[in-house]
Amino acid sequence: MTKRGIETLVGLFVLLGMAGLVFLSLKAANLGSFGNRDGYVVTARFDNIGGLKPRSPVRSAGVTVGRVTSIVLDGKTFQGVVTMELDRSVQFPRDSSAKILTSGLLGDQYVGIEPGGDEKNLAAGEVITQTQSAVVLENLIGQFLFSKAAEGGSGGGAGK
Amino acid sequence: MNLVSTLGARTLEVLRSLGHAAFFFIDLLRATPAAMRRFNLVVVQIHAIGNLSLVIILASGMAVGFVLALQMYYALVTYGATESLGLIVNLSLVRELGPVVAALLFAGRAGTSLTAEIGLMKAGEQIAAMEMMAIDPKSRVLAPRFIGGVVSMPLLAILFSAIGILGAYVVAVLLIGVDEGNFWSIMQARVDVWRDVGNGVVKSIVFGVICTAVALYQGYETQATPEGVAYATTRTVVISSLSVLGMDFVLTALMFSTG
Repeated sequence: MTKRGIETLVGLFVLLGMAGLVFLSLKAANLGSFGNRDGYVVTARFDNIGGLKPRSPVRSAGVTVGRVTSIVLDGKTFQGVVTMELDRSVQFPRDSSAKILTSGLLGDQYVGIEPGGDEKNLAAGEVITQTQSAVVLENLIGQFLFSKAAEGGSGGGAGK
Repeated sequence: MNLVSTLGARTLEVLRSLGHAAFFFIDLLRATPAAMRRFNLVVVQIHAIGNLSLVIILASGMAVGFVLALQMYYALVTYGATESLGLIVNLSLVRELGPVVAALLFAGRAGTSLTAEIGLMKAGEQIAAMEMMAIDPKSRVLAPRFIGGVVSMPLLAILFSAIGILGAYVVAVLLIGVDEGNFWSIMQARVDVWRDVGNGVVKSIVFGVICTAVALYQGYETQATPEGVAYATTRTVVISSLSVLGMDFVLTALMFSTG
């Protein structure tokens, strides 16, 4: 084979590899969806973050509008401080509330933002004050059992 | 007493050969900048190592994608989670199977040919002839092959993963009927470019260095006889494969253990 032919084939090989990398990054990973657009950072404090992790999605009305960037525990209030980056094109009123929700029965947890009615919008670095913690199954079962027991106790009392 | 001295001799022997291999590797690295200047030699080696391995890599990647999709479908359909099929195939290919299987195939396809070629050069005293003409065989013969291997390996691993995901797409979406939108969108939501794809590429570069360096060392240090070349070729495959598997465990533990 001529030298020129070999060079062309090698060039094609390298191009093919690059195309594979572009395919993996854009079509089969998150580079195309969200992450490299610049956003603004807001924080929220939760009593219990459940199974939330960094890089979990932030959704409003089910649409992904951002990602959780970090989660730390506040040593004074013992609350979980969740920092999230929201897409700059989406603005929420200041009194919007944040909840930790689960997608489906066994799905991943995400932060859901419900817009409020304030005239002013959340600015970068502000804190979402109204939050609702993750639902912990054990607490839920505990409450259920407790209320059942109370019901049974009062029922038994009435029977006497 | 005899046993103890045998053990001591064995230990010294192992250390000596390890040191020998380490010095060989340092020489090889030292010779690479000079080889970069003679880039046409490198291009020929990328063709011999990369282009000619393309068919086996693509065929194997496609086959792995097919069977992964089929097997995962049977496991996931019980839980009604068939949409996650794309994600599982993607993560297992990009993080583990792509780099590792591509490296094992690379050791078998390209590593052996490197060892045999250099071993025969040595058996035919071409290496010694070069030294006689004051040409450093490490920078003229070995370094271009080394660069060729290190450049080709990541490209081959990327193509292996990409064609595997396409194979899984063919089986899952086109043949079985998993929802196409979910297949891609769950993948895009959960696979991270730097953490998953990037670490996979780093792995494949490490494997490229290991496989190529082992193949070149075995060829260069072969006994200059037909049996010696045969023995060296076998050892290339065995040592490369075991090093790749061992190194993969270490790299996985380092890259994916946290979070």
